[in-house]
Amino acid sequence: MTSVLAVVEQRDGTLRKISHEVVTAAHRLGGTVEALVCAAGPVKGADQLGKFGADKVVTLTNAAFAKYAPEGMAQAIAERAKGGDGGYTAVVFAGSATGKDLAPRVAAKLGVALAGDVTDVGLEGGAVVATRPVYAGKALLKVKVTGKPALLSVRPNVFTPVERPKAGTAETVAVNVAAPRVIVREIKAAEAGALDVAEAQIVISGGRGLKEPANFKVLEDLARAFGSQAAVGASRAVVDAGWRAHADQVGQTGKTVSPTLYIAVGISGAIQHLAGMRTSKVIVAINKDKDAPIFKVADYGVVGDLFEVVPRLTEEIRKLHG
Amino acid sequence: MNIAVCIKRVPDSETRVKISADGGGGGTRLDEAGVKFVLNPYDEFAVEEALQRREKAGSGEVAIFCLGPAAAQETIRTALAMGADRGVLLQSDAIPADAFVTAQSLATELKAGVWDLILFGKMAIDDYNQQVGPMVAELLGLPCVTAVAHLEIEGAKGVAEREIEGGIEVVEFPLPAVLTADKGLNEPRYPALKGIMAAKKKPLEVKPVQFSTGGGIEIVALTPPPQRKEGKIVGEGAGAVPELVRLLREEAKVL
Repeated sequence: MTSVLAVVEQRDGTLRKISHEVVTAAHRLGGTVEALVCAAGPVKGADQLGKFGADKVVTLTNAAFAKYAPEGMAQAIAERAKGGDGGYTAVVFAGSATGKDLAPRVAAKLGVALAGDVTDVGLEGGAVVATRPVYAGKALLKVKVTGKPALLSVRPNVFTPVERPKAGTAETVAVNVAAPRVIVREIKAAEAGALDVAEAQIVISGGRGLKEPANFKVLEDLARAFGSQAAVGASRAVVDAGWRAHADQVGQTGKTVSPTLYIAVGISGAIQHLAGMRTSKVIVAINKDKDAPIFKVADYGVVGDLFEVVPRLTEEIRKLHG
Repeated sequence: MNIAVCIKRVPDSETRVKISADGGGGGTRLDEAGVKFVLNPYDEFAVEEALQRREKAGSGEVAIFCLGPAAAQETIRTALAMGADRGVLLQSDAIPADAFVTAQSLATELKAGVWDLILFGKMAIDDYNQQVGPMVAELLGLPCVTAVAHLEIEGAKGVAEREIEGGIEVVEFPLPAVLTADKGLNEPRYPALKGIMAAKKKPLEVKPVQFSTGGGIEIVALTPPPQRKEGKIVGEGAGAVPELVRLLREEAKVL
C-alpha cells in the first residue's frame, strides 16, 4: 500500500486553491493521501481536502507559520516525511512560488532527488515516474524518481481537481522548529485582484503590436470583462522595453503558463515565447500579420487591427458575463 | 566582500530543440549539433549583482564556479569578461539529471572558500530545475532566499524582495547567505572589448569532478511536445469576433 504526502498551502489562514491540484496529483500515485499544511492555527478550507481525496488532513502548527517560514516549514515537513508507517512513497508539492522555494530545501534535508514542475505523474512497475517540460516546454523529459520518498512539485493549472470524497480525518500537531534566520517581514500585495500569470485560468498577453505601454489598457479591460480569473501577460520584447513588469513575462526566460485560455495579442510568436505558452489548453491569436508564427500554434486566429478586435471582444465577453 | 557565483552553460533561448536519437529509437538528450551555447540568462543577473556589490564594498573577490563540459570554459570567460576575477570549472561531460548531485559537487567545492554571498541564477533555462541554489544552501547550512528581484544589504544584514502569486514577499536574512537571482534584480552589463581581452589572462582552474552517487533521477525519455492540432483563422477584423466567441463557447467550451 502506497502512502503519499501532499504538501498543501495556505495564505493568511486560508487554504490556497492550488492545494486541490496537489491532492489530485498525489492521488495518481494510489494508496492513501495525507495532506499536510503548515500554519499558525486552523486553516480555513482545509476540511474541503477530503472531498478531493485526502484520507487525512494534518495541520502542523507553529506561531512562525503565520507567514511563509522557509526554514521552519522545510524542517517540519522533512521530519514528517521521514515518518509514516513504512515511509511515504512520495511527497508532492505545489509548483508555486512557495513550493519552488520549499521543495528543494526538503529534498536536500532528506538527501533525495526532486522532480520539479511536473505535468504528469504515475506509478510504473512500482516506480514513481513523472514528466516535466524542459527547454521551456520545447521538449518533455520523462524521469523515474528513485528516492525514498520520491519528491515532486506539480505545475499549476495542469492537474484539474477531481472530486473523490474521502474521510478527510483531521489532525493538528504543534511542532517545534529551530530559530529562523530567514524571515518574511511582509507581503506587499499587488493591486487588488491582480492574478499571477502562472496561476490564472485565462491569460491575455500583449506584444510589440500594442505600440505603446498605455495601450495595454485595452488588454486590462478585456481581463476585467472575464471577471476575477484573467491575468495580463507580456512578451519578452515589451518587458525588455520596460513597458510591463518582469513578473508578467511569458516565455523561456519568463514564465511558462498552462491556462485554459491564452489570448496572444500583437505577439508575432518568437520561438522562446511559444515555448512558454504552448501547453495552454486553447490558444487564440489576434494579429494584423496573417503570416505571423503565432497563428501556427493558435487554435483560433483573428487577422486584424487589435485596437478594433480586442474592444469588440471585450464587449462580447461583457455580454456573456453580464 | 567575497562573492562566489555559480553559473551554467545552456543552449540559447532561440534554440530549436532537436532530440538526439541515441540507439533504441528513443532519445534521451538534446542533439547539440549547431546549437549555440550561452551563459544562462538568470546567471547574468547573479554575476552582475556580484560585481556591483563588490564595487560598492570597494574590495573583495568575485569567483565563478561552473559544473560542465570543457566547452564551459568559454562560458566562464564570459563572466570573467564582465569583470569577475577568477573561475573554477568542475569538469564533467555529463550534467547529472539529479540536481542534488550537482549541488553536492558545488557545495564541496564552495566549502573550501570563505564567502559573504553565494549567488546563483533563479534557474537554468534548459532543465528548469530551480533547485541547485537552495540545495547548496542546505548542504552548507547557510540561510537562503530564492528568486530575488530586489536586494538591499547593510553590513551583515540583507533585505530581499521576491515575487509570489499576487504580491511581493519582503524577506530579511543575515550574511553570509545563498541567494538566487530573478529577472529585474539589475541590468547585466555587456562585456567590453577591454574586459574580453583581460578575461583571457584571468585564472581559470579546471578540475575533474567526481559525483558522490548516481542520483535519484533516471531519465526514461526526452520527447518533443505533442503537436498542437492545426488551428483555423476565424476571420478578419472585429466582424470575426462573434464567431470567435461562439467557437470558444460551443467548440472549445472554455467560456
